[in-house]
Amino acid sequence: MKINEVILQSIAKLVVFIILTLALYLFFSGHNAPGGGFIAGLVLASAIILLFLAFDMETVLKGIPLDFKMIAALGVFLAVSTGVGSILFDVPFLTHTIVAYDLPLLGMIELSTVTLFEAGVALTVVGVVITIILTISEDV
Amino acid sequence: METLIIILAGILVTVSTYLMLSKNLIRIILGMSLLTHASHLLLMAMGGFKGNVPIIGDQAGEFIDALPQALILTSIVISFGVTSFILVLAYRNYETFKIDNLDKLWGIKDE
Amino acid sequence: MITVSYAIFFPFIVAALIPILYKRLSKLHIGWIVMTVPALLFIYLARYIPHITNGKTVTNTVYWIPSYDLNLTTHLDGLSLIFGLIITGIGTLVVLYSIYYLSKEESLKHFYIYLLLFMGGMLGVVFVDHMMLFYLFWEVTSISSFLLIAFWYQRKGSRYGAKKALLITISGGLAMLIGFLMIHASTGTFSIREVIVNVGIFREHQLFIPAMIMILLGAFTKSAQFPFHIWLPSAMEAPTPISAYLHSATMVKAGIYLVARFSPIFGGDLVWFWLVSGIGLLTLLWGAFCAIRQTDLKALLAYSTVSQLGLIMSLFGVGSISFNQELISAALYTQAIFAGLFHLINHSTFKGALFMVVGIVDYQLGTRDIRRLGGLMSFMPISFTVALIGSFSMAGLPPFNGFLSKEMFFTAMLKISELDLFSLDTWGILFPVIAWIASVFTFVYSLIIVIKTFLGEQSESLDKPTHEAPKGMLVAPVILALFVVGIFFFPNIVGDYLIYPAMLSIFSSVFAGEHLTHTISAWHGFNTELFMTIGIVILGTVIFLLLRYFKYVYKLFPEKWSFDALFHHGLEGLERISNKITSFYMTGNLKHYLSYIYLSIVIFIGGNLVYRGAFTFNFTDDANIHLFSWFLVAVIIVAAVMLIFVKKRLPAILLNGFIGYSVSMFYVLFRAPDLALTQIVVETASTALFLLCFYFLSEWKQDKKAFPFSIKNLIISVSVGVTVVLVALSVKSEKLFETISTYYENALELAGSRNIVNTILGDFRAFDTMLEVVVLCIAGLGVYSLVKIRKRKGAENLED
Repeated sequence: MKINEVILQSIAKLVVFIILTLALYLFFSGHNAPGGGFIAGLVLASAIILLFLAFDMETVLKGIPLDFKMIAALGVFLAVSTGVGSILFDVPFLTHTIVAYDLPLLGMIELSTVTLFEAGVALTVVGVVITIILTISEDV
Repeated sequence: METLIIILAGILVTVSTYLMLSKNLIRIILGMSLLTHASHLLLMAMGGFKGNVPIIGDQAGEFIDALPQALILTSIVISFGVTSFILVLAYRNYETFKIDNLDKLWGIKDE
Repeated sequence: MITVSYAIFFPFIVAALIPILYKRLSKLHIGWIVMTVPALLFIYLARYIPHITNGKTVTNTVYWIPSYDLNLTTHLDGLSLIFGLIITGIGTLVVLYSIYYLSKEESLKHFYIYLLLFMGGMLGVVFVDHMMLFYLFWEVTSISSFLLIAFWYQRKGSRYGAKKALLITISGGLAMLIGFLMIHASTGTFSIREVIVNVGIFREHQLFIPAMIMILLGAFTKSAQFPFHIWLPSAMEAPTPISAYLHSATMVKAGIYLVARFSPIFGGDLVWFWLVSGIGLLTLLWGAFCAIRQTDLKALLAYSTVSQLGLIMSLFGVGSISFNQELISAALYTQAIFAGLFHLINHSTFKGALFMVVGIVDYQLGTRDIRRLGGLMSFMPISFTVALIGSFSMAGLPPFNGFLSKEMFFTAMLKISELDLFSLDTWGILFPVIAWIASVFTFVYSLIIVIKTFLGEQSESLDKPTHEAPKGMLVAPVILALFVVGIFFFPNIVGDYLIYPAMLSIFSSVFAGEHLTHTISAWHGFNTELFMTIGIVILGTVIFLLLRYFKYVYKLFPEKWSFDALFHHGLEGLERISNKITSFYMTGNLKHYLSYIYLSIVIFIGGNLVYRGAFTFNFTDDANIHLFSWFLVAVIIVAAVMLIFVKKRLPAILLNGFIGYSVSMFYVLFRAPDLALTQIVVETASTALFLLCFYFLSEWKQDKKAFPFSIKNLIISVSVGVTVVLVALSVKSEKLFETISTYYENALELAGSRNIVNTILGDFRAFDTMLEVVVLCIAGLGVYSLVKIRKRKGAENLED
């Protein structure tokens, strides 16, 4: 079932970067505007799925040689360990903390453990979505 | 508005119940996904629809209830996980037994 | 400085790392790495000895959920220190022994993970102060014990023994949990130490006795007391290092720890006294009596463990009388608890050594049947010596530590028989008599272990060559044997540095320190205790010589009526009955189950609404309806109804996706941007998934009868829908409580974030989100394993 995929492929190459930028934007804007870990993870996953659709699985996996199960596990680990981390500072489980820095050029940067937690969420979502899609597709 | 949404949710629940009582696995899964939508709409209706977007900004006034939104967000993602799991379960089941009718499936011995 | 609270989690962390280490270091026996865990913990705990000996304690709190008063408070005092040292000390030796016992072909990864889980759980049990956490760790030990007994899961006996142990200990644990809840209900605290402080009020409460009995059930099942002892012999199917560690040195002593910990609360009460000491003595007698007739060396040791646990238990029961306020000479009876703690340490040393020797015999010869063994002394001199030391210590002979604690046991029993409290003036004489008879039996089975295995003619039916075990395997039992002898010569080091502070931690609420020191000495002159020991040796030797005739006594107890058989048949009957009841309504048809659920929604929720007249309807508060909303509602309804009548899969999937997108439009209208975004992306992903799966699924049949219209289903679904609408309208119209959402609107001040929804998800209710991520990950792994993992490995060599 060979079809001409030139149009799809060349568009995908471009669009994937737009989607990835969107994902990054959504991830960091979640603090003060709509967005956040879940949605960023989903958008990121859809970018990768687009690649799978445009090219074939082998090519994409050669370019992104990642075990997505491990990514999901890593995400869970990150989310849980931000919780456990707070215990080490003698505060209750999952207490978040926030630090604001005034950096030159970049302006006010807020560093928060919530960001780490959200990163864990995003990674899990990416890992799980891609794992599910890949396993079913591979099974054929 | 709330009453309208509640009635809509009720209709969705009715349809999903009907679908879930059928024998076909796919219809059952579709019914479950409808049920998720219905419960989300119900949750939203319970919070009420008055107020601004729950993002603290410059505009004054009340916010819309943010708690149901957070709950629904969690629920959407979980139901995605559950739906995909059941889908794959149905798929594997069909692959093994070549049956997607629950009545015929009943009574088949495990592998 | 690392506190004890973190030390508990050290084994858990290493357990989590084992799969990685196992893969990386495939050449090394993973046991060497595991051994460092108990060894380090032992050194860590041993450093506290000088501190604890001075009567100080170390308390440390890690905040977990302070709002629920659920914090990880650990309390290191004399009592927990003894247990901690036994757990880590014997643990080190057992792991060392297991390195030689288990070859690398075995599934070592699982073995050591379970072992470390157990170690962490057991340390948790002895150190935590919060009763709920105590229960949690208690069950961790039960479950890891289950997993370890079933380590050779291919064997039928292993699975049976594991199930039996789990059933009995978990039921006891459940009873204990109920006891804890009763204590909480009557005192309002889950902290054991706080209950001890307020014990006066608790004693007056009507739940005092029920709570006591419930907690004792937990202790008795865990410590294999009569008649719950039956799980311990079946648990001997576990690998021998596990029998030595869990089922003689540590886990079975958790029940004794529980009794010791709660003695300040319940001690001095009549019921407590009679239950603990009575059951203890009964177990002592019955265990020793049953041990004689065993032919399997491990089963013999199991019954002897049961009996020795009974001995320790009875000492704690007798000693509890010193908490009685009316007793003038109460301090005298603290000696019993002192003896109990001493025997607890001694038992761990000699029984550990004996188990390891039996393991060596089994390993070298492939059998543990004493009818086939004999004459091993000349081939295995070191094992023989260790066995001799262990057995004679168990029999209560000098110069071994068992002699000292047995003498103290007799002293305690003699002393209690002279008391005239709790109707002891009539029944008291039974205490020394039962103790003496049981000790005769103990002597007999100790002789059986040594003589039948190591002396006499070598049996010819054994085909394996006999020679001494590898050196590494002998290290651990020899060290324990050295302790057995060493403690006999320097008992007061143990007494002053370990037992005295433990006595302080039990009795600090009642007595000052000077009442609690008891000197241990081997020679008391020619007193009753010594004559009792001499009598044991004489009568025991006679019984041993006439063992062939003595075995006729057991004919009086037919196999059919043993507790084992009762348990077995009871369980079978229970399973049969519950199967019958369950299969009545569990038809295996999904439609039936769903109908039950739907009908109960309609009957119980809808019926309740009607019955109470709770239905109210008020829409004055409603928001205005957009024109666009009307349109969306109409579209969704049409799509949903069409979904019922669609006859092809593809339109059905697309309709479902269409409804999803329309719902996300609603989220836009409802000013929920996060939801709308998420819903759109999720809907895309799941529609793609549907299509992917459905591509390989069967086409729906084209005939008209494919989905026959069912009026019955329609009635059920309409009534469910109506119920939902009625309930929702009533809930909306009548708000009984103030909304809690206003709290979250302070997101900017509390969490420094402007997006309230995200702040709830990531900060206020991050716990939910964390667990949700876990659920998602499990669903992903579930999908993966459903598709990828087709056949179970090792299923073919499973015994039925």
